[in-house]
Amino acid sequence: MSQFAGLSDISISEDILVEGDISVPVGSHNADNDFSTLDEPVKDTILRDLRAVGQKFVHVMYPKKSSALLRDWDLWGPLILCVTLALMLQGGSVDSEEEGRPQFAEVFVIIWFGSVIITLNSKLLGGTISFFQSLCVLGYCILPLTVAMIVCRIVLVGGSGLVSFVVRLIVVTASFSWSTFASTAFLADSQPPNRKALVVYPVFLFYFVIGWMILTFSPSQ
Amino acid sequence: MENMDDTSGSSFEDMGEMHQRMKEEEEVTAEAAATEEDNGEYGDFLGMKGLKGQLGRQVADEVWQAGKRQASKAFNLYANIDILRPYFDVEPIQVRNRLIESLIPVRIINFPQKVAGELYGPMMLVFTMVAILLHGMKTSGTVIREGTLMGTAIGTCFGYWLGVSSFIYFLSYLCNAQITMLQMLSLLGYGLFGHCMVLFITYNVHFHSLFYFLWLVIGGLSTLRMVAVLISRTVGQTPRLILCGTLAALHMLFLLYLHFAYHKMVEGILDTLEGPNIPPIQRVARDVPVVASAVVNATIKSIAAVVQSQ
Repeated sequence: MSQFAGLSDISISEDILVEGDISVPVGSHNADNDFSTLDEPVKDTILRDLRAVGQKFVHVMYPKKSSALLRDWDLWGPLILCVTLALMLQGGSVDSEEEGRPQFAEVFVIIWFGSVIITLNSKLLGGTISFFQSLCVLGYCILPLTVAMIVCRIVLVGGSGLVSFVVRLIVVTASFSWSTFASTAFLADSQPPNRKALVVYPVFLFYFVIGWMILTFSPSQ
Repeated sequence: MENMDDTSGSSFEDMGEMHQRMKEEEEVTAEAAATEEDNGEYGDFLGMKGLKGQLGRQVADEVWQAGKRQASKAFNLYANIDILRPYFDVEPIQVRNRLIESLIPVRIINFPQKVAGELYGPMMLVFTMVAILLHGMKTSGTVIREGTLMGTAIGTCFGYWLGVSSFIYFLSYLCNAQITMLQMLSLLGYGLFGHCMVLFITYNVHFHSLFYFLWLVIGGLSTLRMVAVLISRTVGQTPRLILCGTLAALHMLFLLYLHFAYHKMVEGILDTLEGPNIPPIQRVARDVPVVASAVVNATIKSIAAVVQSQ
């Protein structure tokens, strides 16, 4: 390397014993390791990523105080959940616009901008979590609400009377509180202890709006 | 011109400049260390590429560095989140106290009243109002042709908060009132607490008379609080009248607009669906359920009985 070029002029007298280890550190192989994941088959990459996403889903459904969600964050899970929820909320028929059903773009924008605003808020209140880690946690905690949407869709196939409304109300309320509880289990640790309520309220409002959009969804006849 | 009792701390641009200066000092020391290495490399290649190559490369480097410096300066000034940090420095108990105080008009208007300069409470109230508006629009079957429900709700609420705050700040500049933009944003934001409460109740319980009562009482209290604070910070009868009259009118009319903008749409749609031969009296009957009319009749009868017995 060129920065050692000037040192070649230094002469070492013969009676000084030169000793030491000049073996190359193992870290220099990292450059090769990074490139080698490009050569693996696509199936391996997809399966590895899917396994990571699935593991995080399990962490959300049984929220313990683990740092797996925070340590290796990824945004694949939130994207899959957001697209699924938006597609299911759309209803599918073009001529039902006059019923005021949320469009795909609306749901997408609500979820992503809502997450960004909650993240900014928690950072401004003195949180130690990074921007993308917080986006990751909020996105993954939409999973209970997506499950509730699927259940509501199935219940609505049976009919849309008072009984189905009560069942849907219970399911959506339970999943919305589960979402809020799961996300606070991850987010609240990064806040100073007396300000947890200030961070929890926007999260509550966010999942409340999504839960209410699910509850008021009615399929086109 | 800042107030003596201002709680907002240093201004926006000052903090941005401070941050930019700190970053540039770090960058200068990093660059000094880097250019020594770079010069060594360029010295080696001089023989191979020649003077032209090295000069061109250095000029390109300078242009790149200058551009990067400008861009990072602009970025640090406007996208640095730390600038907003002091405005979010609140405790939950302070937020709760300020919410309650926003409905209690102050009595003392002889010396300027303290206004907290924080943005957490107002922002949360604006988002809560967006959620309540969405609920109201949905249950009244509002149809938005150009745009989306969400866009309309967010545009209305944020537009009111930011637009009316700026307008009243401009008027207060004309009328020589001692209030800063941050304090105005904070004051109007907390004034939306009354609106949220009234809308939450009346979107679920559809009595017109109840709405008018709540509009006068709760809307009036929150308007009185804002007006009293502004009066305490203005001198002269005419400026006080202009400023407070405008604010009171805008605040009360906004609540009226939010309530009626969605009921009317429902009646309009019903008209087109059921045809023109339905008498208009049925639209009023649709809002007031049978129980309410029975209660009203009973009250009128009892009052008539009391008057007759005297």
